[in-house]
Amino acid sequence: MISNGLVVAAGEQQGYQAPTIDDMHLPAIFEIGSFAFGKQMLLVMLSVVIVAGFFMYAARKRAMVPSRTQFIGEMGYGMARNSLGKEIIGAHAYKPFVPLLFTAFFFILVNNLYGSIPLIQLPTMSYVGSAYALAIIAYVTWVGVGIKRKGLGTFFKDMTMPSGVPPVIYVILIPIEFMSNMLIRPATHALRLFATMFGGHLAIMVAASLTQYLIMEAGGFAALASVGSGVLGIFLFFLELMIQCIQAYVFTLLLAVYLQGSVSEGH
Amino acid sequence: MSFLMAAEEGANPLIPNIWEIAITAIGFLILLFIVTKYVVPAFEKIYQDRKEAIEGGLAKAEKAQAEAAAAREEYGQQLESARLEAQKIREEARAEGDSIIAEAKERASVEAARITENAQKTIAAERASAQASLRTEVGTLATALAGKIVGESLADDQRSSRVVDRFLADLDAQQQAGATR
Repeated sequence: MISNGLVVAAGEQQGYQAPTIDDMHLPAIFEIGSFAFGKQMLLVMLSVVIVAGFFMYAARKRAMVPSRTQFIGEMGYGMARNSLGKEIIGAHAYKPFVPLLFTAFFFILVNNLYGSIPLIQLPTMSYVGSAYALAIIAYVTWVGVGIKRKGLGTFFKDMTMPSGVPPVIYVILIPIEFMSNMLIRPATHALRLFATMFGGHLAIMVAASLTQYLIMEAGGFAALASVGSGVLGIFLFFLELMIQCIQAYVFTLLLAVYLQGSVSEGH
Repeated sequence: MSFLMAAEEGANPLIPNIWEIAITAIGFLILLFIVTKYVVPAFEKIYQDRKEAIEGGLAKAEKAQAEAAAAREEYGQQLESARLEAQKIREEARAEGDSIIAEAKERASVEAARITENAQKTIAAERASAQASLRTEVGTLATALAGKIVGESLADDQRSSRVVDRFLADLDAQQQAGATR
């Protein structure tokens, strides 16, 4: 459908310019040297207030019979604690990681959902630096926990030498496993989150700007094609809403899986 | 498509702004701190309280059930013992009744015997007195009759009684002879 739209737009010979990455990066609100404080950073800070504020508000009464808000808070907390922590890391070891998993999930969720809130419409994780920051924190944590729990040697042995393999294979396997677990894993952890947010945001921007172009500038018969791109935009909006939630969950789920690898004995 | 265009323009989306990393990391760590310090303990406390409340309720219900079972047991035992007691009492009553009847019978028979004896005694005594009075009366009558017939004064008591005794002895002898015959 997008190519149809583009063909129509191209046929008009007026030059439809698809939005670029530069359009995604809004001008800074203020700058101090190289530090440019923009909307994205404001939103990151706001997300801290939103998550902390909501859950502290939800838990303020500590009622035995929960109010609706407390119930929602408990559901969210229970999901991070039980389905991400307890079930994946294991009932004996998950307790210390509950705050980290909880924070990761809701921090990312709020930052992703910004992309679907009118007027805000900026998933902060579409700025790669934010995704890197989270992946670095996750990486440092699970590697640190692994080394602390198992010792440096055992941790790297577990990471690079899967058991049940003939020793000869280790010649090939150790470099591959090291690459895969120690280098590629954190990179994909960050890029998966970044790319889905970035791509989704860009797709919606293209659909929206195309619709706008077809209505406002192409006019006439071509304006009918705007129905197609508009419907596509709405479809993408809901798809993106789903992906925003799923990616927050996936990031946290993977963090839990990595932590589980760090606390479990051997493979 | 736009990706390629962007690359041409030199804005590689994979190159991060260092401040983005810093701000996000700081934001995340602040949130992590708040969550660790306030949010998680608050929710854990809610869970704990609720768990205790539910377990307390369950324990209470269990206790009540145990009490009810004990009460029922006790009630059953009491019923059983009451039944036994009733049976015993019935048994005793029957035995007592039997003994009362036996006693009453005995007393009645004794009484009857006594009454019979008394009656016999009375009868005997009355016969004796009747005999005695009859004897004197017959004697008087006979004496008077004989005196009238004989014309002889039989006023002498000693003599008259002798005559009467003789007459009666004869009478007795006659009677006995009649009886033996």
